Amino acid sequence: MRQRRRTWQTLLATTASLTVAAVALTGCGGTATDAKSTPKAAAASFEGKGPINYVSNRDASGAANKTIEEWNAAHPEEKVTFIELPDSADQQRQQLIQNAQIKSDTFSVLNLDVVWTSEFAANKWILPLPADAVPTDKMIPATVNAATYRDSLVGAPYYTDGALFYFRSDLLQAAGIAAPPKTWDEMKTACKAILALPEAAGMSCYTGQFDKNEALTVNFSEAVASAGGTVVDADGKPTVNTPEAKEGLNLLVDGFKDGLFPSDAITYLEEQGRRAFQDGKLVFMRNWPFLHASLSATDGSSKVNGKFNITSIPGTDGPGVSTLGGRSLAISPFTPNKATALEFVKFFTSEEQAQKRLALSSRAPVYASLFEDPAVVAKRPFFPTLLTSLNNAQPRPKVVQYGATTKAIQEEAYAAITGAKDTDTALKDMQAKLTELTK
Amino acid sequence: MTTTTAPPAGAQTGTPHAPGPRRRGKRSPGEGRMAAMLLSPTILVLALVIVYPLLSAVHQSLFRAESGLDADGFVSDVESFVGLANYADLFVGESGRRFLNAFANTTFFTVTTVFLETVLGLCLALAMNRAFRGRSFLRASILVPWAVPTAVSGLLWRWIFQSDGIANNLLGSEILWTAEGNASRVAVIIAEVWKTAPFIGLLVLAGMQVIPGEVYEAARIDGAGWWRQLGSITLPLVKPTLLVAVLFRMLDALRMFDLPFVLIGPGKESVETLSMLAWDESNQLRYGSASAFAVMLFLYVAVVAIVFVKVLGADVTGAKELKLLSKKTARKNRLAASQTQANTEVSDQKKAEATR
Amino acid sequence: MTISDLRNAAADSGATGSGAPEATAAVVPGKTKPKRTWRSYSVYAGLALIFAYCLAPFYWMLVSSLRRTADIFDNTLLPAPFSLENYAKVFDGSTMFGQALLNSLIVAGTTTTFALVLGVFAAYAISRLNFRFKSLILGVIIATSMFPGISVVVPLLRLFTDIGWINTYQAMIVPNLSFAIPLAVWNLTTFMKALPFDLEEAAMIDGCTKWQAFRRVLLPLAAPGVFTTAILTFIHSWNEFIIALSMINDPKIQTATVAISKFTGATEFQAPFGEQMAAGVIVTVPLVIMVLIFQRRIVEGLTAGASK
Repeated sequence: MRQRRRTWQTLLATTASLTVAAVALTGCGGTATDAKSTPKAAAASFEGKGPINYVSNRDASGAANKTIEEWNAAHPEEKVTFIELPDSADQQRQQLIQNAQIKSDTFSVLNLDVVWTSEFAANKWILPLPADAVPTDKMIPATVNAATYRDSLVGAPYYTDGALFYFRSDLLQAAGIAAPPKTWDEMKTACKAILALPEAAGMSCYTGQFDKNEALTVNFSEAVASAGGTVVDADGKPTVNTPEAKEGLNLLVDGFKDGLFPSDAITYLEEQGRRAFQDGKLVFMRNWPFLHASLSATDGSSKVNGKFNITSIPGTDGPGVSTLGGRSLAISPFTPNKATALEFVKFFTSEEQAQKRLALSSRAPVYASLFEDPAVVAKRPFFPTLLTSLNNAQPRPKVVQYGATTKAIQEEAYAAITGAKDTDTALKDMQAKLTELTK
Repeated sequence: MTTTTAPPAGAQTGTPHAPGPRRRGKRSPGEGRMAAMLLSPTILVLALVIVYPLLSAVHQSLFRAESGLDADGFVSDVESFVGLANYADLFVGESGRRFLNAFANTTFFTVTTVFLETVLGLCLALAMNRAFRGRSFLRASILVPWAVPTAVSGLLWRWIFQSDGIANNLLGSEILWTAEGNASRVAVIIAEVWKTAPFIGLLVLAGMQVIPGEVYEAARIDGAGWWRQLGSITLPLVKPTLLVAVLFRMLDALRMFDLPFVLIGPGKESVETLSMLAWDESNQLRYGSASAFAVMLFLYVAVVAIVFVKVLGADVTGAKELKLLSKKTARKNRLAASQTQANTEVSDQKKAEATR
Repeated sequence: MTISDLRNAAADSGATGSGAPEATAAVVPGKTKPKRTWRSYSVYAGLALIFAYCLAPFYWMLVSSLRRTADIFDNTLLPAPFSLENYAKVFDGSTMFGQALLNSLIVAGTTTTFALVLGVFAAYAISRLNFRFKSLILGVIIATSMFPGISVVVPLLRLFTDIGWINTYQAMIVPNLSFAIPLAVWNLTTFMKALPFDLEEAAMIDGCTKWQAFRRVLLPLAAPGVFTTAILTFIHSWNEFIIALSMINDPKIQTATVAISKFTGATEFQAPFGEQMAAGVIVTVPLVIMVLIFQRRIVEGLTAGASK
């Protein structure tokens, strides 16, 4: 009997001590008491050389790997290792934040989506870069703006992306329309004429991306900007409860109501839209440049090869305003080899490397001069149009709590376009939520 | 069985539910010690991977980051102790509405999917336990859904359910399965049941395999039909296994995350579960309330488990269940026993003759 | 009275698992005489339906994996044109998918082994020994599988970073045990409870030690339960994703599910759907084949012992 009790005491004691250890660990787990390292001090001096890690999703073209190989060949003592993250942007962000939270020194150079810039900078998860780190004067201004937080550059622009307006040139011609529409009203008129044609039977007019997803934030921001409004003004204050924003959102709401958009466009992301257009079900579409290649495929998979063209997205009074996509490279304050990291970032985002990557990758460079190179344009005919789009582009709301902001926008915009709320209520609620988030 | 040694009594009657000569309350000192030895590795491992994260979450749930930015535009790194405020906030205003919605969704999904899985799992087990040509092929095919990684199966079903996917194609419908609304709930249920019914099916099958054949023979001699046999032998005898299977499915379903997330998408209220809400909160860097959600979910799961174990008697510690069962089937067992005795004798004789 | 007699007895009592198809089959409800009635037809129709429900989505996965990227949206029931392009991409050298499969095997295999050993010990203690706090301990064990998985990641990441477990197999195996052990303990306990005590007692009267009685009598009888638990825990850890993703950043140690998540479309807006489906097929089929082989092995082992 005594023996048994002793055994149980041992067991309980072990469990208890483990628990105590666990509590102790929790206590020093870096919540309330931890003082974060001071990035300001660190920013002043990029010191320490040695191997670093570059953290990014995979580059399917292999172009990024090539740049790294070239760097490694020249810097055997400061080798860069490519740590691959999942393809999903949500999972990338989650991994980056997790490692920042525990101040892991594993992640040295981070590949950040432009919309994460403010959040990472404000949380001191990335370092402000020296003013001369990258040749910002040669870059498209919008991409530099997107990598800037409160007047200091926190990321080196890597590649960029903007919206294109795809249209069926053959049908426009058949309906006797000379130029592609520049405004939504022109588009509606053109659709009326085209959809009356026998060869356009069963087609819909237009689609963007309307599933409750980041893409909806993009489409909403573009609609608002194209109507002359803003989502968040220059001072970071939300401005969606305005007549311009209402006009913009109404473009999308009416599009569904009037049957301008296919009814299942509410579930569309980029790929579904591509498919519908590629199968000849749409006259117009807003999408990214990436699908130019698959729409032009000559292996029989595309029904619109040679029958479409591109221009800037439409607005209310003239051409519309694209939002900006893309990525930039940033440096983690927790890496010991900051000097190497900075040198690598400069090397990776240099114009020379950007040009080399163009041979493999279709990602749009941030250097304006590369868009006009005839050799490049011959391979990528959409580049001049894209440059126009990028020169007018607006960033998505630059706010620290971007995650919550984009969610609020998606929620209310989705409610409006599905008819669950009327435009006024949706925008009023959105304004209230955003005000709360940007306080 | 050519050796003529009589099989031991217990084995011959073959009643798995006979409690046997077990005496409750009689504890020998060696047993406690041995039990401690056998159990401590399990307890240690679980303490390491769960107790620490759990305590960490409880601790975190009592703090809240200062909101707003400082003059330089940086997020304050001070977290202040707020007591139970994170918990109180779960029930009021906008966050309260979301919490209740997620709570309702979680409960709804758990009840419907676990119910359907149980029914289907039982059918699967009955089917697999039958003798017919290609049985092993059927068993293998039933395993397939469980073996497909959850994230991949989420993508697969998203593909199947997209607006011009194969589901609408076959049904000739134009249902928007992945948009907000009831169709998205149906889609989640179909995919979840497909994926996890095999879990119940396989466990119950294992339970059926240890039911001695004599019991069925006796019942058949008694003139019991298929349904009678199912109701008074199979089901009562697999009940303990079934309850454990259902318990584990419930625990899993209450924490459902990947499937609605991948199939329908984050932030869709029709399918948002408590786990998704906790994920979303931590995704927006509100770690205090994310931890509060996680702790609440943990408590909810614990309450459900306790109620389930108490009410339905998923009782693996006591012999209560066994006694009850053995009483119920006592008559049949007696019959079974005598019948088996006779059969064994006959077959033994035959075998003995055959070997001669 | 020998051990093999005891086992014979056990085998006779029907506890052979899928062991003797004749024996088990003969006594299953519904299997009287195969009369050609509407009922037997309806049974087969039901079986076909179950079969279809389990396999149709998988078939769709297979078909999708055999399409070209360009026609991935097609709804034809056969891939046209047929293409192995996705499979080639999965095993393209840069993904290290073969290594990832091996890692998954190591992680899931070790997890299953540990869970079964610990689970069998614990289940034996709970079903066969008398001691205090039994319900409490069972309760604690199951409570560990109630905490939402996504909330354990950050604390564990911090812990494993501190003790230098990042990029090790144990950083995946130990957290996986938190699901596997409770399932093994609870399930095996039910099975052992259901087995008669008399067998072991008889064995012990025969001069076996408690350990021998456990190993030679109880364990073989519980084989269907052990085997099933093994399949379920193996597949569960084979499919684990979020822990493996967070704890591992070295591609030489990453598991198959993590490798799949890193597949990339030609651009960031294109889901690498075809490759993901191909990888899904690749990770599923070996599991099913393995289970079939093991099932036969275990069955043979049991019947061989019984017919001595």
